[in-house]
Amino acid sequence: MRNALLQVKDLHVQFNGQRKAQALSGVNFEVAAGEVLTLLGESGSGKSVTLRTLLRLHPEKTTRITGEINVDGQSVLALNDKALNQYRGHTTSMIFQEPGLAFDPVYTIGQQMTEALRTHEQINNATAQARALEMLERVQIPQARKRFDAYPHELSGGMRQRAMIALALVCKPKLLLADEPTTALDASVQIQILLLLRELQKETGMSVIFVTHDIGAAVEVSDRIAVMYAGRIVEIGNVTDIVSKPRHPYTQGLLASTVSHDNRGSPLVTIAGSPPDLAHLPKGCSFAPRCARAQANCLSDPPNLVTTDSTAFACWHPVA
Amino acid sequence: MMAQENTPILNTEDRGGPAQPLLVVKDLKKYFPVRNELFAKEKKFVHAVDNVSFSVAKGKTLGIVGESGCGKSTTAKLIARLINPDSGKMVFDGDGVAEYGGIALKEFRKNLQMVFQDSFASLNPRLTIEQTIAYGPTVHGVSNAEASVQARALLQRVGLAPELFASRYPHELSGGQRQRVNIARALAYQPRLVILDEAVAALDKSVQAQVLNLLQELKNERQLTYLFISHDLHVVHYMSDEVMVMYLGQVVEKGPVDRIFNHAAHPYTQALLSAIPSMDPTKRTLKPPLEGDPPNPINPPAGCRFQDRCPHVKDSCRSISPKLAPVGVVFDHIVACHLNLEPRTYA
Amino acid sequence: MNDQTQTSPSVGYWRVVLRQLKHEPLAMISAGVLLVLIIAAVFAPWLAPADPFKASMLKRLLPIGSPGYLLGTDELGRDMLTRLMYGGRLSLLMGIVPVFSAFFIGTTLGLFAGYLGGRVNMVIMRTLDIFYAFPSVLLAVAISGALGPGLSNSLIALTLVFVPQIVRVAESVTTQVRQLDYIEAARMSGASAFSIIRVHVLGNVLGPVFVYATGLLSVSMILASGLSFLGLGVKPPEPEWGLMLNTLRSAIYNKPFIAALPGAFIFLTSIAFNLLADGVRSAMDIKK
Repeated sequence: MRNALLQVKDLHVQFNGQRKAQALSGVNFEVAAGEVLTLLGESGSGKSVTLRTLLRLHPEKTTRITGEINVDGQSVLALNDKALNQYRGHTTSMIFQEPGLAFDPVYTIGQQMTEALRTHEQINNATAQARALEMLERVQIPQARKRFDAYPHELSGGMRQRAMIALALVCKPKLLLADEPTTALDASVQIQILLLLRELQKETGMSVIFVTHDIGAAVEVSDRIAVMYAGRIVEIGNVTDIVSKPRHPYTQGLLASTVSHDNRGSPLVTIAGSPPDLAHLPKGCSFAPRCARAQANCLSDPPNLVTTDSTAFACWHPVA
Repeated sequence: MMAQENTPILNTEDRGGPAQPLLVVKDLKKYFPVRNELFAKEKKFVHAVDNVSFSVAKGKTLGIVGESGCGKSTTAKLIARLINPDSGKMVFDGDGVAEYGGIALKEFRKNLQMVFQDSFASLNPRLTIEQTIAYGPTVHGVSNAEASVQARALLQRVGLAPELFASRYPHELSGGQRQRVNIARALAYQPRLVILDEAVAALDKSVQAQVLNLLQELKNERQLTYLFISHDLHVVHYMSDEVMVMYLGQVVEKGPVDRIFNHAAHPYTQALLSAIPSMDPTKRTLKPPLEGDPPNPINPPAGCRFQDRCPHVKDSCRSISPKLAPVGVVFDHIVACHLNLEPRTYA
Repeated sequence: MNDQTQTSPSVGYWRVVLRQLKHEPLAMISAGVLLVLIIAAVFAPWLAPADPFKASMLKRLLPIGSPGYLLGTDELGRDMLTRLMYGGRLSLLMGIVPVFSAFFIGTTLGLFAGYLGGRVNMVIMRTLDIFYAFPSVLLAVAISGALGPGLSNSLIALTLVFVPQIVRVAESVTTQVRQLDYIEAARMSGASAFSIIRVHVLGNVLGPVFVYATGLLSVSMILASGLSFLGLGVKPPEPEWGLMLNTLRSAIYNKPFIAALPGAFIFLTSIAFNLLADGVRSAMDIKK
């Protein structure tokens, strides 16, 4: 891909702490400037681990990371401490699932945003405050001035999430990582936040990697979807192609088992079994033990990502 | 090898016959005092449940939907008698419930069980799975041996092989497995009504599908009645026969599932249906149906509680509280709204 | 539609704690030291080289390493090693018994106060607050002084000092546990409060309270020694480490090492208790 803002090549992440696991087993993808990519998957798929690796948030001692991560020409894995601090928040920023946990409860929203600004840019307090306030208004928080001086616990869930988005965007990052930002919100607030993210992305032209297990949320915001399973990307493509013409059996199963209005009255389609233990991944394709289409070679050889006109998928015997 | 489940050990029989609703709730009220302010002149109350009335027919599933602060969880706890209402009546299969206390309450509890959202917090980490499931029956006089046999049979039924799971501890199971255990635990009482309080909300979608299938099978096998509380409208549509929508402690609309989803009459219900993310990339949502967060029901205003966020608000809405009334001639679809609105479709 | 995951056998909670404890080096060393001390104390009548009460004015304050008197003699000529071993019996007893008793009494009170809440909670907690308001040493001395000297009185005094502290921890943990969903599920069974406390709450409260109680062992030892030192505990000629510190005070300029010996043992024992308690605390932190 030309003009790729982010390139991830052959990323392997292994946890060697109290619990051992092969969290990522060879993840490859790229994100263009101004593109929104969703990492779609269930628990244990590796989607959150991928995000955290992009910001190097894992404990150094017990995590083994191999591969390449390049953001805007820089190799993220090679950054030293000082460069890493500059990278975090300024080049790449993150928003989390629990907005309450991202804020320090003893400082006001305004103070935290100002601090973030002044860490990355050489501006005085007044300018920083003005820019922070402007950002709060851009995320459509009503009565922004009042919220600027409020403490995190004084805000409702939806407001906190908006404030967190403001905090993440205040230094104008090129890449925004969103880790299930709407999962913990009520439905009417969730759609507000999703639309807000879409608008802000169009305005700023930043790239977004959006992690979720909710296909509906993925469809609302993204250009492309990467489906993850057991630490690998099993299928990646345009939103339309993934949702209407999935090629990988897991993608198909995931779409089929998601409840929608057609399902009423008959049993739901399910994927048999459960995801593999990341400490003992099976040989060959990790999905093979649960796959109705599995054949002999699936159990011994892990499939590679094959690119077609529609989606790229890793399967020896794809659907249709 | 497979444990047998024979004649019922606990006696929870049908009393009122098929036409009698299993549960009737009338004017249920629960206010919680707001404790924050020491020196406030007027005591403030959270109107968690404010005059809620509904009934549930035998063998049916009533879905309860609403957002934070609507009172659905508090209603569930009131029905489960985990907290006591400030006022209101509950009638279970023709017998008044509020009058129960002591021994009669203990007997009554067999009829009604609950499955909670947090599958991990719902299980005692110090007990094995078998001990957890067997505890309930032993409280009601079943011997330990019989209760264990029954527990193993239930594990088998919910899809967890007893040889593998009976002596395990909760932390060794996945979320979906734990929720199955919770279902087995509820079934051990041979209840007639099961309250599912966001029982599948915390599960992965593929696991959710498995558990929902299981719930439907069990409902048909054992003639269960479900109270299905959820924020996920797709799942509510799949599971429920009737749906009740709550807002700020009150019931705003109730009716058969296809009426609610295809001909929603209350603006809030319509907004909730619009808020469901689109599954079609060519038809993305353009504007959020509601602004702001669901409010906290502390000292609510006079008139309709939805007045601040309703796109169709009129003057009468601010002074007169709407009462639940049938929508047109459809007697089992009721709504609490002053306006006649164009019904919206779900899909 | 069966879920097949684990095939390794399931292990109970305390087994896992024990297994994890084995990986804590300091705790294992401390456990070893304590074991030696306890064996030496319990089997003192058979293991000790001499008679703890046999005094000899000629052999007063012999230095450490004297032939026949490995750790020297005290101000009345009695063998130090023997007296230390016999002294360990009383000192360890006075360290362990009060904490044990307080653990039982305190956990029971804390469970009921925490689970039942309301009036019961208020009565129990506020009554104990009165005791809690006094510093431990002062309270121990005061109660001991009121009851009079002697072994059983000091055991009672120390127990009373620790009960409020343990109740506080137990009540706090019980209140947290009580809000969890599995307690609500237990309430839905129709079981009595007593049954729920016994089956569901107790097992989950014991852990943190146990950790707290093991931390009190060293404190109890030191307080007991302090009481004896002040003349409120055991009376001479009974060997007890605190008392020995008192009687050896006058020898501190002559033979400082001998005078310090009982103190060294108190120190060693209480450190061992502390490190063991720390190890237990880490071992109980099981990752889910």
